[in-house]
Order: sequence, then C-alpha cells, then structure tokens
Amino acid sequence: MAKIDVESEVTGNVWKVLLEVGAQVAVGDVIMILESMKMEIPVEATAAGSLTEILVKPEDQVEEDQVVARIDG
Amino acid sequence: MLNGGPTVMDKVLIANRGAVARRVVRACNELGLKSVVVFSEADSDAPYLSEASEAYPLIGTAAAATYLDQTQILSVLQQTGADALHPGYGFLAENAEFARAVAQHGGQFIGPDEKWLSLMGDKVSARQIMAEQGFPIFPGSELLQDPEVAIAQAREIGYPVLVKPSGGGGGLGMERVANEEELLNAVGRSRAIASRAFAASGVYLERCIENPRHIEFQIMASEQGEAVHVYERECSVQRRNQKLIEESPAPSVDAVLMREQAELAALVCNRLGYNNLGTIEALLTPTGELGFLEMNTRLQVEHGVTEEVTGLDLVQTQIKLSAGEALPQVPASVGHAIEARIYAENAETLLPSTGRLSVYRPPRMFGVRIESGYQEGQLVTPYYDAMLAKVIARADTRELAIGRLANALKGFEIRGVDTNQPLLLKILGDAEFIAGNVDTGIVDRLLNRK
Repeated sequence: MAKIDVESEVTGNVWKVLLEVGAQVAVGDVIMILESMKMEIPVEATAAGSLTEILVKPEDQVEEDQVVARIDG
Repeated sequence: MLNGGPTVMDKVLIANRGAVARRVVRACNELGLKSVVVFSEADSDAPYLSEASEAYPLIGTAAAATYLDQTQILSVLQQTGADALHPGYGFLAENAEFARAVAQHGGQFIGPDEKWLSLMGDKVSARQIMAEQGFPIFPGSELLQDPEVAIAQAREIGYPVLVKPSGGGGGLGMERVANEEELLNAVGRSRAIASRAFAASGVYLERCIENPRHIEFQIMASEQGEAVHVYERECSVQRRNQKLIEESPAPSVDAVLMREQAELAALVCNRLGYNNLGTIEALLTPTGELGFLEMNTRLQVEHGVTEEVTGLDLVQTQIKLSAGEALPQVPASVGHAIEARIYAENAETLLPSTGRLSVYRPPRMFGVRIESGYQEGQLVTPYYDAMLAKVIARADTRELAIGRLANALKGFEIRGVDTNQPLLLKILGDAEFIAGNVDTGIVDRLLNRK
C-alpha cells in the first residue's frame, strides 16, 4: 500500500470537506471543495483507496501544491 | 460639481475595486467631481488609489469583510462627506437594502431607484414584469414550493429544464435537468447553493435553451423615467456562465429583429418608469426566437463596447442622470467594437491563478483601449474575481476589430500569474467565431469538452 498525497491545485481557502477519514475513494471522487477568486474548485482523489488523512478544515487557507489529504492506495 | 436641479453632486464614493473603481474615478475626474475610493488590505497597491481624490482603507481582506461590509462603507461615506455613491458592478451594486441605507446616510445612490433593485433582482418577479409588459419570455414556473407542483410544472415546460435560484446571478446554483428522475435532487442542490450564496433561497424552473446566443440591450433613462436604448451587445462567448468576449453590434443576426427588440426593451422601461442605466439580457435560440433572461440594474462590465461604437461615455452619463440631468441625444452606432476579458486563470484547465505581477505591460495601440485595476508589481490574490483587464478594440469592420484585439492581446505582456490570453486568441482565430456563428457553447467546443 502506497501513501498518496492529494494536493491543492490553487491558492484559496477550504469551503467544504465532503468526505471523512476512512472513506473508500475512487479516482475522481471529490474530497473537498476549495474557493478561489469566486470559483469553486473541487479537490479530487488522485488514486483509489482509503482516505487516511484530511489535513485541512473549512475556512483554512491553502497554497498551490499544498498537501490537503492522503490516500492509502 | 454637478447641479441637475434638486440634486447637487460634488463628491462620489466608489464602493468597489479593480477596473470599475478606476473607470469611475476617471469619469469623476473628467466631470470635475471629487472621488473617494476604498481599498481592502489586499488592494493597497492598486493604481487607482493615487488617481482618486481620497483613498480610505477597509479592515480585512475577504470580500464579505470589506467590499460587501455595508457598515464599513457607510462609515466612509459619512466620514468623507461624499454626497453620492457609485456601486460599480458586483458586490453591493444590486443590493436594495444597501441602496436604502446609502440614502438614509444622505448619499445619492448612483443607479436606479431601489425598488428596481428588488423587483429585477428577483428573477421570478422580473419575468412576470416583463411578461406583463409584452416582452417575450420563455416558459417557466413560479417559485417552487411543493415537489408535486414542481414535477407538474417541469412536464408542462418540457425537458430539459433549468433549475435556477430566483435571487441569483453568474450561473451559481443553476442546473440543467434532463428528466423527471433528476428533478427533485437538482432542486434541493440549487436551493442549498442559493441559501448559501444569495439573500433568498427560492428556486424556479425555466425552459433550457440549448446553445443559445446571449444578446443584451443597453438602456439609459432619466430620473423622470424617460428611457432610450443604445443598441445591443452580443455576449455569447462565455466560460462557466461568465462572459469572455463581448461585441457590438451583434454579428450575423437579423438586424431588424435587433432593432425591434431594442426598441421594445426601451418602451418597456419607459412604461415602467425605470431610471438610470440598465441592461435587458435575452437569449436567442438557433431558430431566431428571443426571450428575456434578466435585467441588470447597474453598469455592465462590457459597457465599453457600447461606448466605443456610440462615442457616449456611459459612466459619465450615469452619474449625470443620477444628478438629475436630461438624457443625452442617442448617437448612431458606427463601426464595430469588441472586448476580451483577461482573467488570471490557466487557459486550458480554467483554474484560477494567483501571484505577483512581475511583468504587467498593457499595449498602447491605435483603436485599442485597456481598462484594468492592476499594475506591475501588484499581488493577485484569491479573495476576489479573476479579471485582470478588459481589452477593447474598435475599427470600421468586425474583421478589423478582431484583428486589432488579437494584436493587442498578443502585445499584452503579463508574467507572474497564468492568464487566459491563449484561450482568447484561440477563440478570435476560430473559423466559426470569425464567421459570426457564436453561441454559449463555443468555448466548451474549443476546449474539446463536448
């Protein structure tokens, strides 16, 4: 099992976290939604597996390429 | 100072940021009015702060804490003794409660009477008003309450239908529904988004027009409610329901239909007694049927293309009308004008891009006008919308105007953030676009998303 980092593609802040630690995800599942420049930007699972870590919470600021979650896949 | 009879105007507070704040500062300077701008902690390097007569800081960075914070803005209004307020577009521009508060604080709200902000801000009521006045509308529903009624109304309208928040804008919370199974879930989702983003959580249904063209009519009206139109704008080139390219006159369209509908739009505003600037937006189906979309009770982002073909200064006109002056003569529309919006976003993924503008060099070219609230060295932050600049080109013909716009976009050097310039150039070079065959699906087709 490899630990896979899920990164934010933009600088912005966290609007909503949709999944919880322990959730089983498929590639493309939306883990959370960020907000940047009045746009909603989904953060999607980049691998199938189990969501082991969520590193941010709503209202948190995130930077481009920041790791926001990890998947055991 | 402007003295249009009962109203005397001397100092204007601009409750906005970016390109429109700068545009209104310029109009105030040209009219000999004092201007006051406000700026958030993220906008302290903006170029227009030094162009205005006075600049006041707002505490905070996020839009909700600054340009949407009525308390802070009203306190600047009082502190500076400004006797008028220009809301720009976006933020508080269509907020009736805010317009009322401005008046209560002794300021003239530069825009229509607050009742029009409420009546036209509610899409269901706006549709009803337009239908009563004989402006064509596409089939739609009342505000949805009962799920059974929603299902019945959707059947009557015919699938696909659009679920739309009645208090919304910018396509937020809008969803296309292809069949009855999806309907109630979509209504729920739309309601949830509406209650988060807008003052009202009501949603309604409208017939979904596939690949329509977006056409709008510019209205100007005196305080006495005498209204005229200043022609149409074509704004079909959009991404995520946000306009990218706008032009006037509309290409490849029945000119008689355009004139008739523009006249009807002005007539409706006349009958209603609407005042100040407004825009009636409509959709045009591939078979040539036109129907009301919404009315924007404010200056539009794309007002510049109308200014370029008419020679009218719409912002100065708006301020003068608000001060009680008479309507100007309506000039003829001459030549062609086209505008592109440069957004700080990746041209392929369309993802927003933030950073410092290490290079920012707007071109200086004949027939080209740039409107921007940014300058070199400034930080582009995630707090506000992604528009960096509007580039407007004017020429005798559409073909020449497109060429000038493309040259200007190529010559606009921006580094430090990603921009959509490559996408804009792709559109301007597209055979369909050049032929004038535009509709709201064109960007998705060019990005091969459909």
